[in-house]
Amino acid sequence: MPDVPFRGGGYATRPRRWVGLVVMIALLGLWWLGSARGWISPIALPPPQDVLAAFRDLFVTGRIWDHLGASLYRLGMGWFFGSLAGITVGLAMGLSRSVRGGAGPLVAALFPVPKIALLPLFIVWFGVVGEGSKVATILFGAFFPTVINTLAGVDNVDRGLIRMGQSFGLSRWAIVRKIILPGAAPSILSGMRISSSICIVLLIAAEMIGAQNGVGAYILFAGANYALGQLIAGVMILSMLGLTVAWLIGLVEKRLLAWRG
Amino acid sequence: MRLGVENISHHYGETEVLRDVSLTVQPGRIICLIGPSGCGKSTLLRMIGGLERPDKGRVRMDGAASPDSLNPLTYIFQDFALLPWRTAAGNVSLVLEGHNLPRARREAIIADVLARTRLSDFADALPRQLSGGMRQRVAIARALAVSPEVLLMDEPLSALDAQTRELLMDDLVALWARQPFSAVYVTHNLAEAVRMGHAIVILSRRPGQVREIVEVDIPLEERAARIDELALLQRRLWEMMRDEAEAADREIANA
Ligand SMILES: Nc1ncnc2c1ncn2[C@@H]1O[C@H](COP(=O)(O)OP(=O)(O)OP(=O)(O)O)[C@@H](O)[C@H]1O
Ligand SMILES: [Mg+2]
Repeated sequence: MPDVPFRGGGYATRPRRWVGLVVMIALLGLWWLGSARGWISPIALPPPQDVLAAFRDLFVTGRIWDHLGASLYRLGMGWFFGSLAGITVGLAMGLSRSVRGGAGPLVAALFPVPKIALLPLFIVWFGVVGEGSKVATILFGAFFPTVINTLAGVDNVDRGLIRMGQSFGLSRWAIVRKIILPGAAPSILSGMRISSSICIVLLIAAEMIGAQNGVGAYILFAGANYALGQLIAGVMILSMLGLTVAWLIGLVEKRLLAWRG
Repeated sequence: MRLGVENISHHYGETEVLRDVSLTVQPGRIICLIGPSGCGKSTLLRMIGGLERPDKGRVRMDGAASPDSLNPLTYIFQDFALLPWRTAAGNVSLVLEGHNLPRARREAIIADVLARTRLSDFADALPRQLSGGMRQRVAIARALAVSPEVLLMDEPLSALDAQTRELLMDDLVALWARQPFSAVYVTHNLAEAVRMGHAIVILSRRPGQVREIVEVDIPLEERAARIDELALLQRRLWEMMRDEAEAADREIANA
């Protein structure tokens, strides 16, 4: 009698890591080769050495720290205070029916507005120079997704746990701090993950429109001067920025949400 | 402390849920509350613990609560209601943190109640790492930590399998024997009622009314050994309940 044929397997979702590395190296090699042989026009894609030269230039002149510093400051301030305000408002909406009734329609009306549309308004308010207009744009970008995720998180906290807290006579503040906030944390953190990428988009857009320094301004000037090596270098910096932010959030999630296993 | 439930009636909208329910919980006695599905047992228990206000009637506390009791009326929930992000010890600690106890005293209480529920080795385990029976034991430890005057238990064993249920009943009886507590114990399970109850209150189908109060004279510790008498009693309870349960079932089907 024949063995039962094996029909399982084949849909493994764990990646083979070295494949990714091989693909990256192959693409880089192709890029270099294509540029050297003239298959790739330097107008379309600069040769890799141009990009390297742009990086070297950035580090030698120290301008990288100007640009990166300015961008990180705007992103950090806007994202941090936007998230803080978002968590506070979301929590208040989740806990109080009148706050929810009052703020709900406003949030619903402002949420779909692309926040970059507000930049001109903020420039009028805070002036072109200075960080106010850029930080405010990013702050608004972080605020809304955080409000919505915090509210959803609070709504989703197991009512049974809250009733348990009440039945043991915990104070209202203790219930918020020890039951509601940790219960909503997964949702809040996923909101912050979303808002971080929105904030990077807004950062670059704001810097392209109204800034002398920052990664966005660097990319814009590079494009205006047909300095494609610099342009690609700027894009690579953004990629690393995004990866670093995602990695940091991952780290926080791992620490705060370890209980989910 | 004696707890007196006096003439409680309640409606949810159009639905009359409880009608003129009165009963007394004497110190050191366990009252089992049985009745058909939807007759208002959980509602009554919420009112006894002050989580909900009845339309009519009241719940009285006679005699001062012991000053050592941090939370005189304390619940044990069917679904355990443990915080998944806190360890067993952390879940017990939660209910002590608001009481300004010195740290050493708090830790002593936690160690004591975990020992009494045989969980000392699992103090640092998260709920998801524990079996169902152990989770309910954590919830029992948490309840004991506040030295309650009356334990309010809403089907505390329903989420557990039959064997774990047996073990936990033995645990509860042992805890009671060591230090008698009063309790209102809601259950669907007649076997639990005859094992745990000093008195068994039978409620009618909705609107819940007290149909009968059956006193059980066999001491709690002896019941596990006197199965025959319990079986007989259980049979009697079932005969009293049967018509109500069937009628309730038909009403639910027709609703
Ligand atoms: N908050 C509420 N609002 C409206 N109706 C409710 C509410 N809580 C319970 N009820 C209704 O009141 C009745 C009694 O509910 P309750 O949960 O007290 O019954 P029970 O005896 O505990 O039932 P079970 O044996 O199924 O646990 C049910 O018909 C239920 O649908
Ligand atoms: Mg119930």
